[in-house]
Amino acid sequence: MTATVDGAGRPVIEAPRSRAPRPGRARARSNFELYAWVFMRVSGLALIVLVFGHLFIMNVLDGGVQRINWGFVAGRYASPFWRLWDLTMLLLAELHGTNGLRTVINDYAERPQSRFWLKMMLYTSAFLVVTLGTLVIFTFDPNISG
Amino acid sequence: MPKAPAGTLYRGREGMWSWVAHRITGVLVFFFLFAHVLDTALIRVSPTSYDKVIGTYKNPIVNVMEVGLVAAVVYHALNGIRIMLIDFWEKGPRYQKQMLYVELALFVILVVPDAYFSLEHTVRTIFGST
Repeated sequence: MTATVDGAGRPVIEAPRSRAPRPGRARARSNFELYAWVFMRVSGLALIVLVFGHLFIMNVLDGGVQRINWGFVAGRYASPFWRLWDLTMLLLAELHGTNGLRTVINDYAERPQSRFWLKMMLYTSAFLVVTLGTLVIFTFDPNISG
Repeated sequence: MPKAPAGTLYRGREGMWSWVAHRITGVLVFFFLFAHVLDTALIRVSPTSYDKVIGTYKNPIVNVMEVGLVAAVVYHALNGIRIMLIDFWEKGPRYQKQMLYVELALFVILVVPDAYFSLEHTVRTIFGST
């Protein structure tokens, strides 16, 4: 605290060098949570069609799960339509679920370290599932043997 | 993180329990999805290994669990629609209770036929002749 008087000897209040951090708003404002909220609703609607269609074909139609084998999947994947269906369903479901579990972790894990590591595990598993699933859908080989 | 307040924010009844069930079914389905992507990835490995793991799904006990999975998905989907109606329909919050009962009726209407078709084969192999 130097110059606390001006040229005429009157006291002055120094200009603050930086704004004092306001409580409860440590980080910059972002609309991430709003977009996440909208995404849950939009992806949820799409998933109702995609997942119900998937379950109806796989579990109900023509004997359900009893008729599923490698040949059945190969037959479906001969069509780009079902590959695109599965790819969309995979991406939306995994992101929808990851965001859901992020919310659950935020609600119940209190220690900053637990929150951090639980989320790291969550994001790692999501990355693994999306990468592996996408790779399989794109590189499926109907002439594979064994 | 703030500690739990002295009282409780949980209010019970339809509003809270539908939310609790939404969470539980969501987490369940998420963990199943993880396993399901791994088992389906075997189509890229070999027909034999895929057919072996898909054989697990045809086991009678797992077959019953599949109906449980469908039930979880159906509840989560229907309750999701209810949440969207509460969010976006002006009368949604007022009718949230009634919507839950409509939802539960639809749940039964969807899950019972699913159980019939999914378990037909299993029931026949255990109890039936054909």
